[in-house]
Amino acid sequence: MTTGERTGGRPVGRVMAQVAMVMNLDKCIGCHTCSVTCKQAWTNRSGVEYAWFNNVETRPGQGYPRTYQDQERWRGGWVRTPRGRLVPRAGGRLKRLATIFANPVMPSIHDYYEPWTYDYDTLLNAPLGDDFPVASPRSALTGEPMQVTWSANWDDDLGGGPELARHDPVVKKLGDKVRFSFEETFMFYLPRICEHCLNPSCVATCPSGALYKRAEDGIVLVDQDRCRGWRMCVTGCPYKKIYFNHKTGKAEKCTFCYPRVEVGMPTVCSETCVGRLRYLGVVLYDADRVGEAAAVEDERELYRAQLDVFLDPDDPAVRAAARRDGIPDRWVESASRSPVYALAKRFRVALPLHPEYRTLPMVWYVPPLSPVVDTLTSTGHDGEDAGNLFGAIDALRIPVEYLAELFTAGDTEPVRLVLRRLAAMRSHMRRINLGQERDGSIAEGVGMTGRDIEDMYRLLALAKYDERYVIPTAYGVDDSDRGVIDEIGCSLDFEGGPGMGGMGGVPFGEASGRPDAASVETFHALRDRQSGEEPAAGRGRVNLLNWDGNGRPAGLFPPRGGDHDTDGGGGPSRPV
Amino acid sequence: MRDHGGADLFLWGILPYIVLVVVVGGLLWRYRYDRFGWTTRSSELYESRLLRIGSPLFHFGVLVVVVGHAVGLLVPEAWTRALGVSDTLYHVTALSLGLVAGVCTLAGIALLVWRRRTSGPVFSATTANDKAMYLVLVLAILTGLGMTVYFAGVEVAGGHSQDYRETVSPWFRSLWILSPDVAAMAAAEVPYRVHALMGLALFALLPFTRLVHMFSAPVGYLFRPYVLYRTRDAHAGGAGRAERAGRRGW
Repeated sequence: MTTGERTGGRPVGRVMAQVAMVMNLDKCIGCHTCSVTCKQAWTNRSGVEYAWFNNVETRPGQGYPRTYQDQERWRGGWVRTPRGRLVPRAGGRLKRLATIFANPVMPSIHDYYEPWTYDYDTLLNAPLGDDFPVASPRSALTGEPMQVTWSANWDDDLGGGPELARHDPVVKKLGDKVRFSFEETFMFYLPRICEHCLNPSCVATCPSGALYKRAEDGIVLVDQDRCRGWRMCVTGCPYKKIYFNHKTGKAEKCTFCYPRVEVGMPTVCSETCVGRLRYLGVVLYDADRVGEAAAVEDERELYRAQLDVFLDPDDPAVRAAARRDGIPDRWVESASRSPVYALAKRFRVALPLHPEYRTLPMVWYVPPLSPVVDTLTSTGHDGEDAGNLFGAIDALRIPVEYLAELFTAGDTEPVRLVLRRLAAMRSHMRRINLGQERDGSIAEGVGMTGRDIEDMYRLLALAKYDERYVIPTAYGVDDSDRGVIDEIGCSLDFEGGPGMGGMGGVPFGEASGRPDAASVETFHALRDRQSGEEPAAGRGRVNLLNWDGNGRPAGLFPPRGGDHDTDGGGGPSRPV
Repeated sequence: MRDHGGADLFLWGILPYIVLVVVVGGLLWRYRYDRFGWTTRSSELYESRLLRIGSPLFHFGVLVVVVGHAVGLLVPEAWTRALGVSDTLYHVTALSLGLVAGVCTLAGIALLVWRRRTSGPVFSATTANDKAMYLVLVLAILTGLGMTVYFAGVEVAGGHSQDYRETVSPWFRSLWILSPDVAAMAAAEVPYRVHALMGLALFALLPFTRLVHMFSAPVGYLFRPYVLYRTRDAHAGGAGRAERAGRRGW
């Protein structure tokens, strides 16, 4: 692709690397496997019962927490002042501190949902009687009996019907364009994790400076030792992907499974995605232009502005600048094979979620084209003919306007281009599959070449594990730095400490002491994987962070008779 | 220096230093070994309607009270007189401001305690540590506010009350030059002494309760860039992990 104009004639500024994700929504079947495995790995602890670092919501729908996209109400993200500066929407530094005693725009637990468990004890201990014992729900907050009336995906698959879906903030914006009658309704799934933004407003609103963006890989993390529980980040994040652990009094968020990513493994949600719809890769960007891109006046320009921040890893000038800024060559190599860069910038089929929040999010989406082909075919047309497909895009069940509100601040042109490219890919590939002559005009019609389309097809339809997840190991985990991780792994292994299976002496109740489970297991997993021959085994509990995708995770299923290896058949094997 | 009893010597000559050592030592210990537990432990997620009224009422009230105490205890009478502030003006201002701030603080904490008791999730998240802290905190506020009301009443009724700026304040200042003026405090009226003791108890609790969050008031936020970057090395080595030794800290 072009290299010269990548930097707009300006010298390349400070180069930084970001491990980013693209999700292909056409393939999402809404199975929630990503959510469940993420929960199993990160939030199966008290205090974060209600938290889903990964959730899958049905669109149209209210989302999780309810109506989080309504920034008039929740005040997340940034706003541009008339003078062109960016300020967190909920207010600048002084206002943050003035409202620190009671955050006026923090969602309550009921905007997420009240977590619950079931009274299983009744099932086991109910006396003999005429009535069958039932396990009734109990609030996980108070232990009292409760009525379950909402959850993280209560309106899954349009459950609750138009009465609930009408409260979708995007639907409210579009008004009459979205219909809910049975014949005209539509839905698709939107899996969401933390966006690990280039311009994170959660970091900006943290008074303690506990939230930070990692310079090496761009992952946004909360320093649990520095967080003081002021809760401003919950408001600051427009995606509401920061959760307040009500037991420890600290903020928690999606970690992009950094312990896995550091050793070159995909995140748990990506690893376990049955649709194989997630792509992980490095994107190089010009850190000096982030502020400028986030502050462009017209919010519809934000998508293009963010694309301009991305740097072409094959550009010699960029390579030189990357070396100058201390990015290892293997990261630059990785960036040039990055499926994320390819989908977002080379093919332009991935779009950011809600760019109008001005955070420059780094988890992008290929918008859904289906079921347009089936719809066309069922009406007697040739569903994969390019002309028919292009014509049908504006008549899609999923209105282009709805997608545009999600991905391009309401600008329908980029969405239309993506859908046309996806449609062109179908027509182009069908001709190849049927042995017909290639029709160059199909690709040209959407501004691509046949070669581009075939590459894009490979990435979207065939890409194997190693093509979907192109992740270099972290700086310092290379052979030259062996030993660094071991040191970290040992630091919690003191007598009675969490590393030895206890929580140490906790003089101030369960909220005090040290971070537990997740990080500890994480570091053990890292060490075990580095030093062991076999998949790391958990310590008496299932931990999917340790699972490398081969066979059955240890401890998840009861052992089979006489079966000692955990690599038994039946499980999906990693494609090579 | 007038002769005074052993009890006075202990309460006003020794106890304050014990409390000081407990506060400083406790804070250092907590910072080094329990940074993870150093938090507000906010319950806003559970209940926010009452919190939104009670919490700012209490916190802003208590901030004014703290400033009032600082001025009253640290600024000698001679200084305010030199500034041309008459004693009457000083006391009227102090009493009226103190009364308003004290009432706000008390109303705030009353609302917060009531909320804590009646809101199910908030109540179940309340520890014994919290309850002890609330008891001492409320007692400190009650004795302080009761005293203010009582002395204001005496003044209004035309009587004359003891001036704390001649008893409590000199004693407090003398503590910092390591030559405690026990006699001055021993001469203070009973309400002053009770309130001072409650204050000392509250100070001693600071490092060991959720009140520690006051020491992490995020003023640095005003002076830093919005977006922070950290390198992985700094995170692994410097962010507390390596510093957290494998000991309990005593």
